[in-house]
Amino acid sequence: MKRHLLSAADLSRDDAELVLRTAEELRSLADRPIKKLPALRGRTVVNLFFEDSTRTRISFEAAAKRLSADVINFAAKGSSLSKGESLKDTALTLEAMGADAVVVRHSASGAPHRLANSGWVRSSVVNAGDGTHEHPTQALLDAFTMWRHLGSLDGRRVAIVGDVLHSRVARSNALLLRTLGAEVTLVSPPTLLPVGIEGWPVETSYDLDAVLPKADVVMMLRVQRERMHGGFFPTAREYSRRYGLDGRRMATLQDHTIVMHPGPMVRGMEITADVADSDRSVIVEQVTNGVAVRMAVLYLLLGGSEPAVSTEGLSE
Amino acid sequence: MPAPNAAPDATTDDGRTVLDARDIGRALTRISHEILERNKGASDLVLLGIPSRGVPLAERIAERIASVEGYDVPVGSLDVTMYRDDLRMKPARALLPTQIPGGGIDGRTVVLVDDVLFSGRTIRAALDALNDIGRPKAVRLAVLVDRGHRELPIRADFVGKNLPTSLVESVRVRLQGIDDVDAVTIQGSTEGEVA
Amino acid sequence: MTTYLIKNASILGAEPTDLLVADGVVEQIGSDLSVEALSSVETIDAQGLIALPGLVDLHTHLREPGREDAETVESGTRAAALGGFTAVHAMANTEPVADTAGVVEQVWRLGREAGYCDVYPVGAVTVGLAGERLAELGAMADSAARVRVFSDDGKCVSDAVLMRRALEYVKAFDGVVAQHAQEPRLTEGAQMNEGELSGRLGLAGWPAVAEEAIIARDCLLAAHVGSRLHVCHVSTAGSVEIVRWAKAKGWDVTAEACPHHLLLTDELAATYDPIYKVNPPLRSATDVEALRAGLADGTIDIVATDHAPHPHEDKDCEWAAAAFGMLGLETALSIVQETMVDPGLLDWAGVAERMSHAPARIGRVADHGRPIEVGAPANVVLYDPAARRTVEAAETASLSRNTPYAGMELPGRVVATFLRGRATVLDGKLA
Repeated sequence: MKRHLLSAADLSRDDAELVLRTAEELRSLADRPIKKLPALRGRTVVNLFFEDSTRTRISFEAAAKRLSADVINFAAKGSSLSKGESLKDTALTLEAMGADAVVVRHSASGAPHRLANSGWVRSSVVNAGDGTHEHPTQALLDAFTMWRHLGSLDGRRVAIVGDVLHSRVARSNALLLRTLGAEVTLVSPPTLLPVGIEGWPVETSYDLDAVLPKADVVMMLRVQRERMHGGFFPTAREYSRRYGLDGRRMATLQDHTIVMHPGPMVRGMEITADVADSDRSVIVEQVTNGVAVRMAVLYLLLGGSEPAVSTEGLSE
Repeated sequence: MPAPNAAPDATTDDGRTVLDARDIGRALTRISHEILERNKGASDLVLLGIPSRGVPLAERIAERIASVEGYDVPVGSLDVTMYRDDLRMKPARALLPTQIPGGGIDGRTVVLVDDVLFSGRTIRAALDALNDIGRPKAVRLAVLVDRGHRELPIRADFVGKNLPTSLVESVRVRLQGIDDVDAVTIQGSTEGEVA
Repeated sequence: MTTYLIKNASILGAEPTDLLVADGVVEQIGSDLSVEALSSVETIDAQGLIALPGLVDLHTHLREPGREDAETVESGTRAAALGGFTAVHAMANTEPVADTAGVVEQVWRLGREAGYCDVYPVGAVTVGLAGERLAELGAMADSAARVRVFSDDGKCVSDAVLMRRALEYVKAFDGVVAQHAQEPRLTEGAQMNEGELSGRLGLAGWPAVAEEAIIARDCLLAAHVGSRLHVCHVSTAGSVEIVRWAKAKGWDVTAEACPHHLLLTDELAATYDPIYKVNPPLRSATDVEALRAGLADGTIDIVATDHAPHPHEDKDCEWAAAAFGMLGLETALSIVQETMVDPGLLDWAGVAERMSHAPARIGRVADHGRPIEVGAPANVVLYDPAARRTVEAAETASLSRNTPYAGMELPGRVVATFLRGRATVLDGKLA
C-alpha cells in the first residue's frame, strides 16, 4: 500500500482486498469486553477537519483509539474563501507535535494532495473527504458492506444515484468498485453529471426506473435542495419524482438487492423514510462498518515499520 | 539425527524429514490423551490454534478428544499479529482469523496450540491477546515441535517432539489442508547427509 | 554614453554582421566595422548570437501601486530586461486601479525612473474594473503616459452595451480595447479547464465556451462599430478559429497568446500544485497545438507574457485558495524558441514580428518594434539560441517565484539587452 491514502485509485485490487479482509477481522472487536488492540500504541493520529463533520470525525477517532493510538482533534474553520488559519500553518504545527498520521477533511479538492506532497509533514495522509474530489474510506466501507451481504463483487451491478457532479463519494466508489470488479451505473439528471464522464469506467443513465431492477446494490447520494438555485433541477419535488427512491421503486428491486446511503440523508428528497427504515437498507450498518474499515486502514498504514505489502498468501 | 522410519525422500533439498505423517498422527494422539489426563476430562476445555498451522492441529486434537471422550471441545483460532513485539520492525502484516468459540474463555481452561515453539515470543503475544479477551481459569500450551532456544521464560505443557536444533537451521512444518503433505523437516543443516 | 561595437551578430538569423550602437541609435551595420574612438567603445563578441529588435510585451502585471509585496515597477522591469524586453505594457488591475490619468502617470514615471525598460501603462476600461461605467479613457490617453491600450484584464467587460461603447469611444484617439474574454456567469468558482480531468479531480470546470462566446461577440461588435479589437491571452482552439474567421472577414481584430499556453497542458493540474493555476486555465494538448499553428500562420498576432507575480503564500496552499497567475518575462523567449522556432514553425524574423513589431503596432508605440536598421533607436536584444539553462525559481529577478518552469531545462539565453543604446543587460546579467 502507498504511504498515503488520497484517492481510491491509490489502492490496487490486492490492497483493497487486504483492507476488506483486515476490516472483517477487526469488526469482531466490537463484541469483546475490551474493545482495544495495542497495535498503534504510541502512535499519534491527528484528525484535521476543516469541514464540519461530526460523524466521520468520530468514526476515525473511535478507530484510532481502539487501536490504542493517541488522538488529537483539530477542527478548523477554513472555507475555500477565507484563508484564516492556513492549511500550511496548521500542518506545520501538527508536524511539530509529532503526528504519525493526519486524517484530513477539507472543502478544497486536492488539499490532502498538497499536504502529502508539499513537504510540510512527514506523516501518512489519509483523505477523509476533499471538496468534490474523493472520500476513499467511505468507498472502502461501502465496498465492505456490499461484500458482507453479497460476497465477491465481481460482476455485481451497483447503481449510484444522485448528484454525481458534486459527490466525492461517487467518484471514490466508481473507482474502487471498478477495481474490485463490479459494474457501476451512475444515475442522475444530465445537469448533475460532470463533463467528460464518458471517459470514466462507468455506465450512465438518466432513467432510474430502467436501472433499478437490474441492480444488486442501490446507493443513494445526498442531494442538496440549494442546488435548485444553481439551476441544476427546477424543484425539489421534480427531483424526487424522477430520481428519488420511494416504496414503489423499492418494490421493483430484486430480493437480494441492498439499499445504501453515505449519509446524512435528506429524507423525502432522495430517499423516503419507509425505504431508509426498511430491511433492505444497510445504512446503519454502514456506520458500524466505517469504524472497522478505518481501523484497518490505520493499522495497515501505521501498524508496522511501513505500510503493508499486500501479497496473496499470508506468511507468518 | 536421522528420523526413525525415515521416508524415502529423507535427504532431498527440502531438508531432513524428522516427522512423517504417521509420526505426526501418533504425536497428536498422545498429546490429546495427555490433555485429557491433565485436565481430568474434557469439560471446560477450549482449544485455540494459533494461525496458520496451529489451527488444523487444534482441530485434529479436538477430533481425537471427541472420538475418545465422545465430547466436542470448542475449537477456535487466536491471531497474535497485533500483539507481536516485533510489529514495528517490518511492514504492517495482514491479520489472520481470530474466532473465539461462542462460550468464550472466562473461567475455562484454554489450550493454545501451535506448530513450533522457538523463542517463545509468539506465545507471550498469545497470552497478551487472551488477556484482552477474557480471564481463563488456566492456560496451557500444546506444540507439535519444541526446537529450543527460548528467549523468554515460556514452556510447553504438551510436546509432540523435542527437536534440538542449531540457530542456522530452520524447522518446517507442513500439514494437509494448508500444504499438500504432513511432514516436519529441518533445513540448512551443516551436518552431512544421512550418516 | 558608451558606444558598443557588436561583432558578428546574426540579425533575425541572417548572415553574421557587425552593428555599431552609439548615441542611442544603430549607427552602422556592416562587416568588419571599425571605430574612431571618440568616446569609450566596448566590443561585444556576438558570434553565434541572434540579434532581435527589443521585445515588446503587450500584457504584463507590474503590481505597483498596491501589491509591492509581489512585484514593483523596478523589479518587474528588471525581469523584463533579462527577458529581452525593452518595452512592457503594465495592466491596470493595481490598487488603486489605473483608471485615472493620475495613476497611469505614476506608473509611467516609475518606469522611467527605474530605467530598465519603457513602461506603457494600460488604462482600465471601467472605473475600478467594476464593469459598470467607462473610466476617463480620454484623460488617460492625453496624459503623459499617452495610454492607447485599455483593458479590464483580470476581469471581463461582459456587459455587451458597455463593451460596445468602449469600442466606439476609443476610436477618437486611436485606442484599442484589449478584452479579457471570460463570461463571468459560466466561470463562477471555476478552477481549471473543464474536461474529463476536471471531473475526475473535483475542480470546478472553466469551459472553453466562456472564452469563445465573448470573443465571437466582441468581434461582431467591433466590426459593427468600425473599431479595432485586441483579444488577450487566447487559450483554446475554438478561439483561434473565431479569430481566423473574423480576420477573414477583414475585421480589425488582433490576438495574443501566452508562452505557457504554448507549452503546458491541463494535465499538470493533476498534481494539485497551484503553480499551474492560471487565468485562462491551461487547456488540452489539442488547444496547445491549435495555438501554435495559429501563432505560426499569423492568426495570433503576438506573444504576450501575462507575467503575473504572486507572493509565496498565495501559491503555497490548496488549489482553491491559490491565486491565478504565472511569471513569464524571463522565460518567454526561451519558451517561444522551444515551442515554435526549434520545431520549425516560426523563424527568427517571425519571432521579431510576433514579439516586437506587431505588439508595438497594436500598442501604437513608435520607438519600439522597429526593424534593426541604420538610424533606428537602438532597442536590440542579443540572444544565444544554442545555450541551455535550467530554470531556478530562487533565482528570478522578479520579486516573486511563481514560475511553472522551475527545474525545467529550456533552450536559449538572453545575452544582452539595449534600451535606446544603453545596455540594461550584459553577459546575461543586469548591467
